[in-house]
Amino acid sequence: MKLKGTQILLRILEEEGVDIIFGYPGGTVLDIYDRLHDNKKIRHILVRHEQGAVHAADGYARATGRVGVALVTSGPGATNAVTGIATANMDSIPLVVFTGQVPTGLIGNDAFQECDITGITRPCTKHNFLVRNIEELASTIKEAFHIARSGRPGPVLVDLPKNVMAAEVDYDPKNIKIRNYEVFHKPAPKKMAQILEMLSSAKKPLIMTGGGVILGKAAAELTQLAKQYNIPVTGTLMGIGSFPGDDALWQGMLGMHGTYYANMAVSHCDLLIAVGVRFDDRVTGTIETFATNAKIVQIDIDPSSINKNVVVDLPIIGDTKATLQDLLKFLSEHNYEPVKNQREQWLAQLAAWKKKVPLTYCRSNDIIKPQAVIEKLYEITKGDVIITTEVGQNQMWTAQFFPFAKANTFITSGGLGTMGFGLPAAIGVKSAFPDKQVVDIAGDGSIQMNIQELATAAQYNINVKIVLLNNGYLGMVRQWQELFYKKRYSNTDMTHTPDFVKLAEAYGIAGFRATKPAEVEATLRQGLAVDKPVIMEFVISREECVYPMVRPGASISEMTHDREITN
Amino acid sequence: MEKKEHIISILVYNKPDVLARIAGTLGGKGYNIESLSVNTTTSYEVSKIIMTTIGNQATITRIENQLRRFVDVIRVDNLTNIESIHREMILVRLNLTEDKKEEIKKNIDTYKWKVIVSADSYVILEITGDKAQNDFAMARLEPLGIADITRTGIVALELES
Repeated sequence: MKLKGTQILLRILEEEGVDIIFGYPGGTVLDIYDRLHDNKKIRHILVRHEQGAVHAADGYARATGRVGVALVTSGPGATNAVTGIATANMDSIPLVVFTGQVPTGLIGNDAFQECDITGITRPCTKHNFLVRNIEELASTIKEAFHIARSGRPGPVLVDLPKNVMAAEVDYDPKNIKIRNYEVFHKPAPKKMAQILEMLSSAKKPLIMTGGGVILGKAAAELTQLAKQYNIPVTGTLMGIGSFPGDDALWQGMLGMHGTYYANMAVSHCDLLIAVGVRFDDRVTGTIETFATNAKIVQIDIDPSSINKNVVVDLPIIGDTKATLQDLLKFLSEHNYEPVKNQREQWLAQLAAWKKKVPLTYCRSNDIIKPQAVIEKLYEITKGDVIITTEVGQNQMWTAQFFPFAKANTFITSGGLGTMGFGLPAAIGVKSAFPDKQVVDIAGDGSIQMNIQELATAAQYNINVKIVLLNNGYLGMVRQWQELFYKKRYSNTDMTHTPDFVKLAEAYGIAGFRATKPAEVEATLRQGLAVDKPVIMEFVISREECVYPMVRPGASISEMTHDREITN
Repeated sequence: MEKKEHIISILVYNKPDVLARIAGTLGGKGYNIESLSVNTTTSYEVSKIIMTTIGNQATITRIENQLRRFVDVIRVDNLTNIESIHREMILVRLNLTEDKKEEIKKNIDTYKWKVIVSADSYVILEITGDKAQNDFAMARLEPLGIADITRTGIVALELES
């Protein structure tokens, strides 16, 4: 059967179960868009900037666990997508991004809207392809999806020259062959015996859960391991949601803005079982003082993540789900039981740390505290919500004060820390789950980085809710200037922001503003109830800081706390 | 940990950008490639890259793990700690000036250097050996007045696989 390139593309997307594409048309992808115009199975969401398309596909992928798809044109369309691709790459999110390219005969000639996008994205994709002829189109697209979702997932870019898409070829699905590349699944049984031995001799074990547990769909196994054997759990930013945030064993996030008790637990534990983490510098503080009393077990699918930052005692290369299943089976078969009073002593110690320095803030009746808004949001929604965040203080307060109960419900740019992520990501999440409440917790700096996507939400009635914590500052940078630069607020004052309520109206969505603590609950209830995209703006205390905080270059056991609380 | 030179053999799919991918990633992570040799194997689809780099064992392990992440990389072997033979080649042109002419001829005889081009005013030699042998040759060649020189990267092969 003879098919054109554009037909092959859409056919394989359908086979891969793609139901939504986020994209933006342009010269080199006109043929694809023309073909898309008649397609009934794939919905296309027209964003307002290509960065938004990739973040939306990313949000979709993080919430569903499936591959997100974006489609953009060549040149500036492709370069605009790069921040989104790098964001997904740092957090190992499966995406396939299709970029248009000038006809193969013009490649290298500095043609109009030409750029070497495979060259540009080589360091920030899991893999990328330039499809040089129609014969390799089908297998390349298939392979792109396979690579994106297998092993340690990641974004794959496929560059599609205009003439290749217009060409015709004999298409037979039976002839499509993809290369199989090596992926680690199951570790050797002797490793399980080693963990058992380490667990049996440990008096103070701690589990550290990371993004790999969510990506590996291993939250249930991790939760079972912790609960069955009464092992406390801390998590990285990316691990939030992989263990219930309202469970007594949960110690909260560790690291730079982690809880006092999580960081004390890491610093004092004698066995650290790290699952799906890569020991980022924001998590470890100074490496030399990280978990010095502990033997460390690291379970990860990617060998290059092991012994990269922290040298571990027992490296286990494997899929998190399969490995944890093996471990649970092995522990049960060998009748592992924690020594009761030892474990109780350790949990009592953690409780004492928690009592000494709880995660809290100075409440106020005069001025809105951002933490209070987040707590109220949790109370009203009872946690039945998918939250995206922007990057900065809004993100850290959310991680600290919203107890996420389930995996894939906290959607945030961890590794790259991309401001402007939250709104388009929320649009992606809401497109996948139209019946779910989806809230973007934002700051006034971040939201303006992709504010144009309000038009996308309005056009398709994608009713995302924005909780905007407005302090008129680039808050996190200002916090560093306050603490480490003698309060010299160089270029962080953003008092000239638009009137967000009027802006909402201008975009044809709803806008509400709260300026006093007494208005917080009513504003949230009103905004969450409206059947439209909404901005709920909360004018918050301007110089609120995120605490606790580990100063850069310090050990995570040395934390700075809010002066007003500790005095 | 001791820093030393490691010879890494990488079997890859022969794709247009595979070398750029490897070189770019290693460079971006701050690892230096000291020498490089690439060619196809018995199959045109598959190429072998022999790369040398300097580092301690931990660094080299990180490099190997990084290489194994590439979709186009089939296999990675560190040939440093297993029995293997290593060769690199020098092509060198020496001008037969009046004052050096005799000495050059004497050296060619003594060290059994292979003359591949012999002209009135110059000779081109091909010298093959492992790194130590070639460094030895270099030390002998320099006083003779090198007009131009090319050295390949190291190629290596394990004795038994």
